[in-house]
Amino acid sequence: MTELLQYAFPESQSFAVNMFKGQINPSQVFPFPSVMNEEQTQFLQELVPPVSKFFEEVNDPAKNDSLEKVEDSTMESLKEMGAFGLQVPQDLGGVGLTNTQYARLVEIVGQHDLGVGITLGAHQSIGFKGILLVGSPAQKEKYLPKLATGETLAAFCLTEPASGSDAASIKTLATLSPCGKHYILNGGKIWISNGGLAEIFTVFAKMPMMDEKTGQMKDKITAFIVERSFGGVTHGPPEKKMGIKASNTAEVYFENVPVPIENVLGEVGGGFKVAMAILNNGRFGMAAALSGTMKGVITQAVDHAANRVQFGSKIHTYGAIQEKLARMTMLQYVTESMAYMISGNMDSGSKDYHIEAAISKIFASEAAWEVTDECIQVMGGMGFMKGSGVERVMRDLRIFRIFEGTNDILRLFVALNGFQDAGKHLKSLQKALKNPLGNAGLLAGEITKRAKRTLCASWVVFNGQYGCIVMLFLLSIADEQFVLKRVADSAIDLYAMVVVLSRASRSLSQGHASAQHEKILCETWCIEAYDRIMKNVKDLKSSSTTQVFKNMKAISAAVVENGGIVAPHPLGF
Amino acid sequence: YIVTIRVKPDHSGVVTDGVKHSMNPFCEIAVEEAVKLKEKKFIKEVVAVSCGPTQVTETIRTALAMGCDRGIHVEVSGKDYEAMGPLQIAKIFAALAKKEEASLVILGKQAIDDDCNQTGQMTAALLDWPQGTFASEVTIDGEKVKVVREIDGGLETIKISMPAVLTADLRLNTPRYATLPNIMKAKKKKIANMKPADLGVDMVSRVEVLRVDEPPTRLAGVKVETVDDLVAKLKANGTI
Repeated sequence: MTELLQYAFPESQSFAVNMFKGQINPSQVFPFPSVMNEEQTQFLQELVPPVSKFFEEVNDPAKNDSLEKVEDSTMESLKEMGAFGLQVPQDLGGVGLTNTQYARLVEIVGQHDLGVGITLGAHQSIGFKGILLVGSPAQKEKYLPKLATGETLAAFCLTEPASGSDAASIKTLATLSPCGKHYILNGGKIWISNGGLAEIFTVFAKMPMMDEKTGQMKDKITAFIVERSFGGVTHGPPEKKMGIKASNTAEVYFENVPVPIENVLGEVGGGFKVAMAILNNGRFGMAAALSGTMKGVITQAVDHAANRVQFGSKIHTYGAIQEKLARMTMLQYVTESMAYMISGNMDSGSKDYHIEAAISKIFASEAAWEVTDECIQVMGGMGFMKGSGVERVMRDLRIFRIFEGTNDILRLFVALNGFQDAGKHLKSLQKALKNPLGNAGLLAGEITKRAKRTLCASWVVFNGQYGCIVMLFLLSIADEQFVLKRVADSAIDLYAMVVVLSRASRSLSQGHASAQHEKILCETWCIEAYDRIMKNVKDLKSSSTTQVFKNMKAISAAVVENGGIVAPHPLGF
Repeated sequence: YIVTIRVKPDHSGVVTDGVKHSMNPFCEIAVEEAVKLKEKKFIKEVVAVSCGPTQVTETIRTALAMGCDRGIHVEVSGKDYEAMGPLQIAKIFAALAKKEEASLVILGKQAIDDDCNQTGQMTAALLDWPQGTFASEVTIDGEKVKVVREIDGGLETIKISMPAVLTADLRLNTPRYATLPNIMKAKKKKIANMKPADLGVDMVSRVEVLRVDEPPTRLAGVKVETVDDLVAKLKANGTI
């Protein structure tokens, strides 16, 4: 866990980082970022129609799902289209898109076929992203051109049978050869997307290294660019999965693979940081893709609700359905707003977006699951049928709460990152709490008074409670993950509120036709988010919740000891 | 091409503001054929032309992304644009064909918004060039073009001399998808800008639109029991 927390940014402009310091820093969130110049906007507008057309007319998600692979002709067309090198610079054969432009295109992919989305994402969002981020000029020149055209595919190899969330504990070993020109790689990775297709692997392995401070040998992780052609690289059969069946997932084995020392990616011993940088950098893509997925299923749900007649009326006239459609719409609005706010911040040069990116991944994956589940519910029996296509989306979505950092781990990450400089900031916290509405003056734009008050009230209470939690931390109770989860949930809700306030304000000040609708979305979201934050904070103060946590611990211990349910059957047998 | 068409409140035409426009499908086929002929080395250069307001440059860029070498945007806007019809466009094309010394002018057989099916034919007439319309197959043979035409009775094969005007029908080819790298390359291709006056074309329309209405809503039918009833009803409403 300590290695996750190496993000000390003393002068951070990140909203989330400052939120945990008790300060409202609006520079990255107000106004809603608009980062593309005219040329970039025009270029992106030209790219959207052909990509949309391809996914509407050529790609067949149902076929890909039943074949459990992306159809060969589709893969060829995607390669020709340039879809495999969207963020590779143009002079190395890619399309050279910014994060915002990339987000807009993956939104289209997410809307139509998440299996294809993961095939593309495993390749460029994580598979060779390391080369883009920390590769040497020689490594970039050597590998990026073929990766951009899809001539070679890439895969990200971190997870092992005994190392998932605990990535730092990986056992794949790299030892320097006697001649000193190669590292010899030995080990096995599991659940590697594109594992059976890739030619180029970003592999993380441990190396015993001399720790300068202690003079002792310590295992440190190094990242390597490994080519299948080096020899010794084999893979297992495609895994049978619940969803994203079109995406190839396989075990990859490294047996005495000779990796030239020039193929070390980043610093020797700096592999963990490289892994985190890669995962961080790609996270916004998930929120963008899932906002597209939600858009698609909402259209289906609305189409059904607007046409289905029961008890003499169209079902969209019934409150139960109206609540579902409204909640689905709000969740999509928040996710979309987060995705483009983060991509906008990244394109503007921000380097400390890691908390926001984690928040967006947690939010997007859970929102998409909920929205798709409700879509099936609105559609009734039809939703359950294969022909409608929604059950496939549901199956495809389940993995998004698990991979790229489980949502459970990411919540701890969000909460603990906030605690980093805890002690130092107690003083500035007290100051901020004395004048909460003074901080509100920093919130520009046409946010309604009520929304402002709601935000500030949540702010004050969150930070007031935060102060108590900080003190608890200093008393070493912060190990309580029950507590951290609630802190993270509140942080997520706060960021979500800010993001929609910013977007709705922009629509209002730009006089969009939809501005009033967006205002209602924003206000409704904030009212409910506020209630959730208040409840979380209240829970953390109350003694009955403390008792509940204690009880849960006991319940868990009992069922673990018993290997299952403990209470005897009501019938006695 | 699913768009909800609405008649303007003043009944002068159809609402086009805010409606997503894209290349006419028969024109896509025409562009594809031209690019194919260039790829087979029968022609040297393909120039994409569109007449209209600023937005048409997007469509020209799509043509460039499909493989055309350069574009010409003939600016027509406002009242002239609303009144613009096949005759005006044919005059512009005839002037450009002469100016550029074109050997072929390839168009879609008709636009799917007004279904006029006149521009190609008028262009050929103004130029006094042979025409191969409703083409489902085009083969260049020296200085001549063999065109297989789709006609009501089936297929007709003709051989015409170049320079000529061709119009593309549905089965001529399947247009390629614009790839992202080609869209990127297209950004470097040039689009020249000019006005009809620069070509000596007068845009005055000889056609005046009096009124545009939606088709009348379909009235409910009436069921009749016997043939006699049917005849009686038809006589009553003046049909027979």
